[in-house]
Amino acid sequence: MRGNTATIGITAFAKDQLGDVVYLELPEVGATVTRGQPFGVVESTKAVSELFAPVSGKVTKINKSLVDAPEGINDDPHEKGWMIEIEMSSPADANELLSAKQYEELLAAEH
Amino acid sequence: MRAAHDTASFADPVALRTPLYEAHLAAGARIVEFAGWDMPVQYKGVLEEHAAVRERVGIFDVSHMGEVTIDGAGALESAQRLVTNDLSKCADGQAQYSVLCNEKGGVIDDIIVYRYSPSRLFICVNASGREKDFTWMKDHAEGARVEQRSDDWAQIAIQGPQAAALVDQLCQPKVIDLAYYHFRDATVAGVPGCIVARTGYTGEDGFEVFVPPGGARKLWDTLVAKGATPCGLGARDSLRLEVAYRLYGNDMDEDHTPLEAGLAWIVKLEKPSGFIGSDALKQQKAQGLKRRLIGFKLTGKGIARHGYPVLKDGQRVGEVTSGTMSPVLKEPIGLAYVPTDLSRIGTAFDVEVRGKPVAAQVVKTPFVEKIK
Repeated sequence: MRGNTATIGITAFAKDQLGDVVYLELPEVGATVTRGQPFGVVESTKAVSELFAPVSGKVTKINKSLVDAPEGINDDPHEKGWMIEIEMSSPADANELLSAKQYEELLAAEH
Repeated sequence: MRAAHDTASFADPVALRTPLYEAHLAAGARIVEFAGWDMPVQYKGVLEEHAAVRERVGIFDVSHMGEVTIDGAGALESAQRLVTNDLSKCADGQAQYSVLCNEKGGVIDDIIVYRYSPSRLFICVNASGREKDFTWMKDHAEGARVEQRSDDWAQIAIQGPQAAALVDQLCQPKVIDLAYYHFRDATVAGVPGCIVARTGYTGEDGFEVFVPPGGARKLWDTLVAKGATPCGLGARDSLRLEVAYRLYGNDMDEDHTPLEAGLAWIVKLEKPSGFIGSDALKQQKAQGLKRRLIGFKLTGKGIARHGYPVLKDGQRVGEVTSGTMSPVLKEPIGLAYVPTDLSRIGTAFDVEVRGKPVAAQVVKTPFVEKIK
């Protein structure tokens, strides 16, 4: 999150739940994504999962090298495994998201 | 996860567990329900386990599979009427892949028959066939004793280029001389009363060891201590699909015949005894097959999965039965039923992936070279 720009990926926890990622489908640059709606698909060896947008906005960048070699998500979901960059249409959306620390606390409470 | 775990209905069965369940938990396996069993789908990861089997040696808990015996003076004759393959061509001490068909020629299950002698046959069936196959064989076997043995056995598959040396050093008597699809009774890792068969479901050299349930943990732990990689059902599925081994329930069922499933090599229509379903299969062969199971690769982007439609010129003409991203080829592969006129190698069609057509092409199988 930098100003109006949000970088979207999946968490290490989600990656662990999915298993080894072998395929990734992302929107084109310029596409519009809507908070709570699917913007892409990630497939592991066994499962297909839709990627849901945490915020609304326009796609400004996609991680092409990750689409070509999606196993990058397996090694480093939080940094090299970023998927898309979004220019947020309503940056206030971001206030409702959890920080990594809050997310970990939530997971700890549920598992 | 099926509802049995979440509801108070006592009529619902709860998933069964193999003698190795605790070992899987201790090794950090992720457990899923498969055919009514809590089974490990993966430990560290499917790709790592897949590679372990292709390059070294992996072990699988396949204790959920069932066993049935047919005994008595009429055992062989009786079994010949049940199975599509020809057991007269199977020597004592040899095993044979086969299917059980219904009267219409539909596949009830695929099985391996281990021939001890013409009066003693040991049969391994799929987990989903434990009761179904047993009941079918008992109801249709004449002049022989059919017995349910599934609770008498656990089973561990040891697969990969290093499997033979590993298993042989644990066996008394030795098994290194066993030919493919042959078996021998042995003591394994100090566990007496095991059956060691040079068979598998991965395309690699290896063994499947039937072990008394009480000795399963000792054998498993010994194999792990000797460096074998525990592998789950995830890797088992990607390994078998790379060599185009059929999975019962996915690639064939009672609505598909073994001829359609590409298993003509185990259907002996000229066997003098005939077998249940042989008339229907002869008729199907004479009329020509309308559909066939083929191997394909997606040439477009995506992964085909079980149940995805096969399209030709926008029309639905068939269905994907198995699909994955091949860990060895790093290409999306799969098996599908298509009309016979689309079954030639090189034929192009589409697979509908999430509502969109993705280009595919019929290719020869196995996708990956088999060692065995």
